[in-house]
Amino acid sequence: MTQPAKPKMGKTVAKLCLIVVGMFGFGFALVPLYDMFCEATGLGGRTGGQYTYDPATMQRDASRLVKVNFLTNTNDGMSWDFWSEKGGVRVHPGEVKEVKFFVHNPTKRRMVGQAIPSIVPYSAADFFHKTECFCFSSQVLEPGETLEMPMRFIIDPDLPNNVPTISLSYSLFDVTDMAAGKAATDQG
Amino acid sequence: MSEVVVSHHDEHHDHGPDKGLARWLFTTNHKDIGTLYLWFSFTMFMIGGVMALIIRTELFQPGLQFVDPAFFNQMTTNHGLIMVFGAIMPAFVGLANWLVPMMVGAPDMALPRMNNLSFWILPFAFAMLISTLFMEGGGPNFGWTFYAPLSTTYAPDTVTFFIFGVHMMGASSIMGSINIIATILNMRAPGMTLMKMPLFVWTWLITAYLLLAVMPVLAGAVTMMLFDIHFGTSFFNAAGGGDPVMFQHIFWFFGHPEVYIMILPAFGIVSQIIPTFARKPLFGYDSMVYATASIAFLSFIVWAHHMFTVGMPLAGQLFFMYATMLIAVPTGVKVFNWAATMWQGSMTFETPMLFAIAFVVLFTIGGFSGLMLAITPADYQYHDTYFVVAHFHYVLVPGALFSIIAAVYYWLPKWCGRMYDESLGKLHFWLSFIGVNVTFFPQHFSGLAGMPRRIPDYALQFADFNMLSSIGAYIFGFSQLIFLYLIIKTIRSGEPATDRVWEGAHGLEWTLPSPAPYHSFTHPPKVTDAEAHS
Repeated sequence: MTQPAKPKMGKTVAKLCLIVVGMFGFGFALVPLYDMFCEATGLGGRTGGQYTYDPATMQRDASRLVKVNFLTNTNDGMSWDFWSEKGGVRVHPGEVKEVKFFVHNPTKRRMVGQAIPSIVPYSAADFFHKTECFCFSSQVLEPGETLEMPMRFIIDPDLPNNVPTISLSYSLFDVTDMAAGKAATDQG
Repeated sequence: MSEVVVSHHDEHHDHGPDKGLARWLFTTNHKDIGTLYLWFSFTMFMIGGVMALIIRTELFQPGLQFVDPAFFNQMTTNHGLIMVFGAIMPAFVGLANWLVPMMVGAPDMALPRMNNLSFWILPFAFAMLISTLFMEGGGPNFGWTFYAPLSTTYAPDTVTFFIFGVHMMGASSIMGSINIIATILNMRAPGMTLMKMPLFVWTWLITAYLLLAVMPVLAGAVTMMLFDIHFGTSFFNAAGGGDPVMFQHIFWFFGHPEVYIMILPAFGIVSQIIPTFARKPLFGYDSMVYATASIAFLSFIVWAHHMFTVGMPLAGQLFFMYATMLIAVPTGVKVFNWAATMWQGSMTFETPMLFAIAFVVLFTIGGFSGLMLAITPADYQYHDTYFVVAHFHYVLVPGALFSIIAAVYYWLPKWCGRMYDESLGKLHFWLSFIGVNVTFFPQHFSGLAGMPRRIPDYALQFADFNMLSSIGAYIFGFSQLIFLYLIIKTIRSGEPATDRVWEGAHGLEWTLPSPAPYHSFTHPPKVTDAEAHS
């Protein structure tokens, strides 16, 4: 008869269910894993958060000039104007540079914007350090308001020699609804 | 020859099936549930087929003539979803239900009540999915791969129905897989060791593990979509710090094993049929098992070849290119073994054999176009063109689908105790064979020339290839009605079949009477012969 197999059956099924639960968890674990992987490799042109450094150790490399281009985009449906004072700058690695960006809210309502940076080529992402950036937080603009936003950066002297040009692109997103939702949950 | 002792036990009377609808609603019998799965998948095949013909009708000529582009997008999306999750996968589960217990000498599936549940949630899942087509805003229109943000920020409101539909299909597949693994591991007849199992059982064992590993990841992906859409999270929303590219990674981490889920059982079926009609044991049984396992393992580390153009470091592109090409090795072992099985065999060409041989040839063509797509720099040219469409239809239609049709012809006499009409079967084969090639072969050329996929209109230079494709699609589509007619005719008035059915058939299922009794192997058979598998 086939009955003696029954106790083993429970064990098999329990193990299989464990695989299912584990893989469901793994699906979600992929999210932080992906972020860690992208931070580590600069994939997707991600730049790190606020950079702190010791001015004494940062060597200025006067022998090299790197061209840094700035691109400003507004995402689909974002009505703000968004521009930078310069399209690009030439900078020595190890030198702090400041560039001003501007946003203007032409609408008649209070809005919240969030800029998301991306670096090309990806291999340069690890060597582009921002000591101050408007992208570290979101911006709240009253109707008609214009905001000047400084961005300070240093290019690491270790930047590989085969990267003469870096392009930094910002996409500006309308996060008014998301911010409102967050405020509501914070109060609730 | 396998010598198997079948115990005829008239000492107690097994009750037969219930009468009427209740039989099908409450059944826990693996044969009934197998039948339900097969008819369900045939119904879905017809619905998905109608959608395919709507697509081909629109593409018959350049310009927009029959359907609205928005509806066209819903057709391509739902055709893909229904064929993958509704036709191919349930058909394989249905075959597993019918055959696995009979092949390993078990009386039924391990968990019969769960078996009933895993089938009966499917009609609800698909009713929910298909009902969205009639709702305001229309059904899913973002492609069967449902990339975010198309499927989140820009999705029609009905996307929530789609998400719950996918959850239910996933739950069904997971329960089905647990059942199949538990049956194979715990309910084999004495003497049926793992390396004596028929290859269909082996391939399904491995497939079931693949399903267990990736269906929960798919469930996770659609759950994240649900949260992004309704609960303000930003898994895939760049504005909130998420990443749409991550969706593609998670999707294809599921999606690539998924494409092997749709082909491994097909390998198993063909490995059963070819030895029967070549009248030789399967060449290289052990290597077949190991090749299947290797393909399953490799399927987890090649997913990014679906997204070479998304922006990846050179090392990543090289890794995924080489890993993908590596799959050709175990697959080549299989094709070699099938050819070697036929070599110097005394072959006859009954309908199942014709479909099986067509499978080997046409699947190999699909494999070769897959190798072309694996070459990263070439893929930049082929990506999202009809070349990709031609590739995956070659592996799924004359691949997976032909194997299912072959399986139905091969085991139908065992299931219903009657023989099908051979000349009608051959007519069905030749029309399908010609139809499928006329449909999909020209798509290689239009793809290489740059015709994009998922577009309702196209440039004039693609007109001839597309007209040819559409004519082939009509031939292929309508010849499936012959198949339907043939099955009904067989069930109602076919000639009685013998127990062994095929002269060269080996394996436990052929030791049962035809039609297979409602309850089989209530006393386990003794597997006495080492060649039980071939």
